[in-house]
Amino acid sequence: MILLEIKNLKKYFEVGRNRKGPIYLRAVDGISLSIEEGETLGLVGESGSGKSTLAYTVIGMYRPTGGEAIFKGQNIAVEYSRRPLTLKKEMQIVFQDPASSLNPRRNIGQIIGLNLRLHRKLQGVELQSAVVELLQRVELSPDYMYKSPMSIGGGEKQLVAVARALAPQPSLILLDEPTSALDVSIQAKIITKLINLQKELHLTYLFITHDLSVIRNVANKIAIMYLGKICEIAEAAEFFQNPLHPYTRMLISSVPVISEEEERLKPKKYISSGEIPSPVNIPPGCSFHMRCPERGTRCDTEDPVIVEVSKGHFVRCHLFRQGNDLCKDHQTESNI
Amino acid sequence: MNSDRLLDIRDLQVWYRVYGGYLKVLDGVFFHLGKGERVALVGETGCGKTTLMKTILRILPQPESHIHHGEILFKGKDILRMNYAELQRVRSKGIAMIFQDPTAALNPVFTIGTQLFEVTKHALPRSEQSKDHVSKIVISVLKEVALPDQERLLRNYPIQLSGGMRQRICISMALTAPRDLLIADEPGTSLDVTIQDQILRLLKELVRSHDTSTIVITHSLGVARDIADRIYVMYAGRIVETANSLELFSNPLHPYTVGLLRSVPKITGGGIASGIPGHIPDYLNPPTGCRFHPRCPSRMDVCSQKKPGMYHVSPNHFVSCFLYGEKP
Amino acid sequence: MNIESLKTNSIVVFQRVKFLERIGKLWYKFSRNKLSVVGLILVLLVVFSAILAPWIVPYPQHAGAFVDFDNGFSPPSGRYLFGTDAFGRDVLSRIIFAFRGALLMPVVVLGIAVPIGVFLGMFAGYFKNTRIDTLIMRMTDIFLGLPPLILALAIASVLEPNMTNSMIAVTMVYWPWYCRLTYGMASSVHNEYFVIASELTGASRFHILFREMLPNCLSPVFTKMALDVGWVILLSASLSFVGLGEQPPTPALGQMVSDGSKYLPEQWWVAIFPALAIVLVILGFNLLGDGIRDMLEIRSD
Repeated sequence: MILLEIKNLKKYFEVGRNRKGPIYLRAVDGISLSIEEGETLGLVGESGSGKSTLAYTVIGMYRPTGGEAIFKGQNIAVEYSRRPLTLKKEMQIVFQDPASSLNPRRNIGQIIGLNLRLHRKLQGVELQSAVVELLQRVELSPDYMYKSPMSIGGGEKQLVAVARALAPQPSLILLDEPTSALDVSIQAKIITKLINLQKELHLTYLFITHDLSVIRNVANKIAIMYLGKICEIAEAAEFFQNPLHPYTRMLISSVPVISEEEERLKPKKYISSGEIPSPVNIPPGCSFHMRCPERGTRCDTEDPVIVEVSKGHFVRCHLFRQGNDLCKDHQTESNI
Repeated sequence: MNSDRLLDIRDLQVWYRVYGGYLKVLDGVFFHLGKGERVALVGETGCGKTTLMKTILRILPQPESHIHHGEILFKGKDILRMNYAELQRVRSKGIAMIFQDPTAALNPVFTIGTQLFEVTKHALPRSEQSKDHVSKIVISVLKEVALPDQERLLRNYPIQLSGGMRQRICISMALTAPRDLLIADEPGTSLDVTIQDQILRLLKELVRSHDTSTIVITHSLGVARDIADRIYVMYAGRIVETANSLELFSNPLHPYTVGLLRSVPKITGGGIASGIPGHIPDYLNPPTGCRFHPRCPSRMDVCSQKKPGMYHVSPNHFVSCFLYGEKP
Repeated sequence: MNIESLKTNSIVVFQRVKFLERIGKLWYKFSRNKLSVVGLILVLLVVFSAILAPWIVPYPQHAGAFVDFDNGFSPPSGRYLFGTDAFGRDVLSRIIFAFRGALLMPVVVLGIAVPIGVFLGMFAGYFKNTRIDTLIMRMTDIFLGLPPLILALAIASVLEPNMTNSMIAVTMVYWPWYCRLTYGMASSVHNEYFVIASELTGASRFHILFREMLPNCLSPVFTKMALDVGWVILLSASLSFVGLGEQPPTPALGQMVSDGSKYLPEQWWVAIFPALAIVLVILGFNLLGDGIRDMLEIRSD
């Protein structure tokens, strides 16, 4: 059952005006995605790709400029202030920086308690036992309840943020780079916990990260974004074994890996080059063409549309046609 | 054997004075680097690698810091006992540092040109400090780090450049004069992964062509594997293991190293291990004996009683763990 | 899991220990700079002597309607430590009694100006870029544009010259600064992720303003308050110097300096000691304010 469906979602920010009219930063520029219940959708991209903006639009921090977003049959293409409380209960978010997502002047019990009071209408002793139960679920001892966020480590802060997100018993949790600020050994612990929680509580995750090694082991399906548009969507294993879009290949080949077998999996000859352009000055045609080693004749004028190359594997690139792996009338010098 | 070491750190102990006592951050660090070697120092947050690096250049925060014991021999002379003049010579000509955050390392109110000039001038002898000469050097290092349009770049302010460009500028500062040692602190960490890849390749190439001795400090094992010949693994203020790159990844011995390697997710799949139980120690009251013992799956009685030494296991491979030497 | 046992045993002890530890940590940060401790001592001295004035002062009756022309203008001696003024009143006793008025002023002024300023600033910061923001901040700008002393003089001279009215005048001068300060803090705190998280999950406006944002806006307010005590005392001394504020025979420091200045330099003690007292009091509060700022510094463990 599809829990969240996004169709051609757009979010533009007005950043100035010139003689021709307003200048827009096209953070999210026509994204279409769907997430099944119980699934983890991985959203990958570098800075400026729009992945965080997409999450913030879904959770209601921003009002979409265009397109549709449907959650459990409800239209959610509105800002949070216009959403019913029941919707807010169903969808929660965990932010990237643990230090700034917890109020340093409140204690952990109060931080988690807010969601319990608002959404589950708990008070007094019931509230406290619910807090303790949540802390135990994320493997933190009950005396954390009276601690200040400042006195605990980064990994523990994130666990508190996860406990807070679990408090209203949501169906969908958006995780915006939840472990990017953490060390490797702590990251491993948090992610294992998240995966276990998903199984226990039948949760659905939208997991955003720039770290490809993490997403490979967390997501069922992976979508990669560049400058506000989707480049490729595929099942996790397929994504790494058979990456099609040149940006995907460039990204995978840039990952610092620690074993020979991983080295062998990396695509060759896709050395990263060029700077990441700003989403304000997106070049015409395919937004990636300036850095693309496979650039062809159409790429600087025509923006490609997304096609399904094989079951569940979508690409947005002139190189590919519906059902085919390789498009014969795309002219370039290099070979994949 | 010791005389051809460029940098030799012996039994370094550094403490910080805080409310309630001392944070005994560095607890006897042994570290060395020969000429032309590329070494990585790998450790997670809080292991003391920043403190170690700051001690080498003696830029620890005063007055809280306290160098309790140890020596840092740079070309045979102890940095910790140098006077100000000698220290300044080391800082401007001997050791070049590339800081982690290029935005913070560049002064926002001066142009790139001004900053590069400063750095270059102080590394040159009086006779060569003419404006022309320095300009030539500056332009040539900018070309070396593949920055285009050098003349115009000199007039720009840091805020006008991207993160990748700023990092390249910081690297170019290190190249303005032949220096003995390059220390790179988490190069590319604050940048996107494709840009980080470019920066790392650039660094590798420059290190190779200039034959500079390099220390790369990082929390990423992948980066260490990519760029270094020899790796030091640091935990809670001590070096727990050191080996050649290939050896460390194919045959990790210290339980911390093993746990760390298992925690790194792979792009080939296979799931993520559950990390290392426990958390980093409180430096105010650190664990007795081996500082890793509270979290160690192979813990023995002796581990909480005595501090392990560094045991030689194979060429260049040392482990600080009682599993590999000197049991009572 | 028995919540009751948890609460009664470990948590209470834990909280008590935590409390003491926190006090200890705060003192450590405060006392690192020795001058802050000097400031604290000065302030405590002034405050206690003001409170206990009627009992510790050598000549309590000199602070009221009292004349003794025979002993007028006595220089400092064993009998009158700071000498006497034109009316034969002991300068030391009057100074200590003047501390009462001097301290009352900041207590009342800040007690009114700070809450008003902070609340207005918080609302403006929360509703940034709306009409509420514009309304509040432009009003603040107007008040800020007027020089404090002149504004206070103008207000105080329009109204009857007495203590209450000069307090009103000084309050009007001070609230905009707190409004501006809190506005800045509130606007930035409003964008912190923990506030956004509470908004997204559906917390009420009241909760956001008073439970999430306010506690994070208060540190600079407290520091400013400590420093402002000194300024308010100076401002009120300036007002009493020109005859507004406390009326004779109640002693006020500024007024004592003003009266005494007529007799400089021969009977120097009549003006100099009150002036020194002003300096010392303000110095004490300034040093204390610095210490408070150090103490409240956001610590990252």
